[in-house]
Amino acid sequence: MDELISALLRALAFGTPLLLASLGAVINERAGVVNLGVEGMMALGALAGFAVAYGDGSPGSGSVWLGILAAMAAGGLAALLHAFVTITLRANQFVSGLSLSLLGLGVAGLLGKKYEGFPLFGQPNQWPFTIGAIVLALLLAFWLTSTRAGLTLRSVGENPAAADVLGLNVNLIRYGAVAFGGAMAGLAGAYLSLVYRPSWTDGMTAGLGWIAVALVIFVGWNPLRAIFGSVFFGLLYYLQFRLQGKTFIPTEFFGAMPYLLVIVVLAFAGLRGQQGAAPEALGRPYNRGER
Amino acid sequence: MIRFVPIADPGRGRVVWVTLAALIFALVVAGLVFWAAGTNPFEAYATMLQGTVVDWSGWSEVLRRGTPLLLIGIGLTLAFRAQFFNIGAEGQLLLGAVAAGGLALFTPLPPLLMLPLMFIGGALAGGLWALIAAVLKTRLKVNEILSTLMLNYVATYLLIYLINGPWKGKNVRGFIYSDDFPAFAQLPTLPGTQVGWPTLLLGVLLAVGLQWFLGRSTGGYELRVVGENPEAARYAGISVSSVLFRMAMVTGGAAGLAGVGEVAGIHHKLLEPSQISSGYGFTAVIVAWLARGNPLLCLVTAPLMGIILAGGDVLKINLNLPFRITDVFSGVILMSLIASEIFVKNKVKWGQ
Repeated sequence: MDELISALLRALAFGTPLLLASLGAVINERAGVVNLGVEGMMALGALAGFAVAYGDGSPGSGSVWLGILAAMAAGGLAALLHAFVTITLRANQFVSGLSLSLLGLGVAGLLGKKYEGFPLFGQPNQWPFTIGAIVLALLLAFWLTSTRAGLTLRSVGENPAAADVLGLNVNLIRYGAVAFGGAMAGLAGAYLSLVYRPSWTDGMTAGLGWIAVALVIFVGWNPLRAIFGSVFFGLLYYLQFRLQGKTFIPTEFFGAMPYLLVIVVLAFAGLRGQQGAAPEALGRPYNRGER
Repeated sequence: MIRFVPIADPGRGRVVWVTLAALIFALVVAGLVFWAAGTNPFEAYATMLQGTVVDWSGWSEVLRRGTPLLLIGIGLTLAFRAQFFNIGAEGQLLLGAVAAGGLALFTPLPPLLMLPLMFIGGALAGGLWALIAAVLKTRLKVNEILSTLMLNYVATYLLIYLINGPWKGKNVRGFIYSDDFPAFAQLPTLPGTQVGWPTLLLGVLLAVGLQWFLGRSTGGYELRVVGENPEAARYAGISVSSVLFRMAMVTGGAAGLAGVGEVAGIHHKLLEPSQISSGYGFTAVIVAWLARGNPLLCLVTAPLMGIILAGGDVLKINLNLPFRITDVFSGVILMSLIASEIFVKNKVKWGQ
């Protein structure tokens, strides 16, 4: 019993960054914009958060809460770049997101070099993040289905031309949704560098951003189901560490497991026809002239 | 407010100018990143050029980096023409290396047949790795960007498992790698360089061959129709999935060939994934994108990106910068290229 509870608590800890990032991605995808840059925005958030919370290295010289804000701002700003390129310049959303990931990982690795290997003083508690993420998931689920603003956001992702006719500013709403997605990815990064492993190392996001993107498809663009999806993946990470070296199965298999499982999980989503739940206009730029 | 007004006939000159402008813009932005990281951008670019294009040893580095980029890039042009966003060339390359390594280390093949069979085996392994993603896409609608990317991680762990486990070399200390390949499983190189000329030759031949295939053959026509309008393809009786399967074998196969070239031409053994390929799969996306889907143009764009990668090496050594600089270049150039696309087909107007 104790074992089960401790496994669940660890799963929640592993799953929190996944939940934060995937909630953001659910919102920007519901508005019709795919952003594959989550991994890069997470890396930027992790660095910005750590740099501000670290200060000059002495205890008390930085601020954890300012660090979290900085991480969200970094993720949000990076997402605005994606928004400009894909919404205003109507570029391919998939390739833009991919370049944003490369760019984010690159810039964070380059600027973060001087922080590598230093510990953080005054690491924040995990639970406000975990509980906050779950509460946010509940709120977003309610907001999407039961409020006027949520309906507006969805209509922009389902049928932008109709939303435009109703007088909604399609592009502005999409910019907002994408920025929110970026801020959440940045926050997920800050969770990694401030809470989960209070330090900065290059590549510390380790593919979590990509798993968050896949999670969105797996949970059918539903914030409520994202809670269970991220706990599920959190449990896998827990098992990976728990079983390592304790069985005849090689360590590398456990390393590859989360990525293999993403593929399996996406295949299952496909088998159940879940891709049909995707917002109708997902991935397509809206061009008023083509209405 | 800015507005975009379509141009009826943009013409080739406009494509060239817009692309050049996008490249220059990207170099300026990357320069700003250097500056933010505390490195003088002018010094950085001067160092890059000095280490790449001023003498033969620099050029040989560009060619060494450009050869795998050429092979992967021409394969990717085909994938992108079919609207199949293969981001998994990195993993396909590693699978090619694994197949070549397995053949070189553990099969009693006659020396004369060894290298040709290593290339064939590597191409098959890379192709099959890409085929997984194509099957998942056509049968289960799994997004190929995610699946090919995840398969990169899986390939990485597979290779590490092999060289750390059953294929571990006899004299390994510290780093993990396999035994050396026998001499007849090592590629001949251009004198004084690490450029395996058979790989380079393969790249050039494949570029010419695939250009012909895309432009002149029925298969190429079918592939273009599938990419541009899958509905029309179905209506015309083209089997979309079989076109995609063949495309996956070629795009993954070309990346597999690049993997064979790296291990048989340069390292002569299997070693850690990050040492076999430092981001070739991602950089080749730019090679294919810059070439606008024309395999033959990759003969120009691959060396161009080769300069970026070889220049990155020089920066790492001379200015002590982290390896992530190549990600910065790749990200900025790719982003700037796709963002500039709209200026090819549209004029910009200000106001309503």
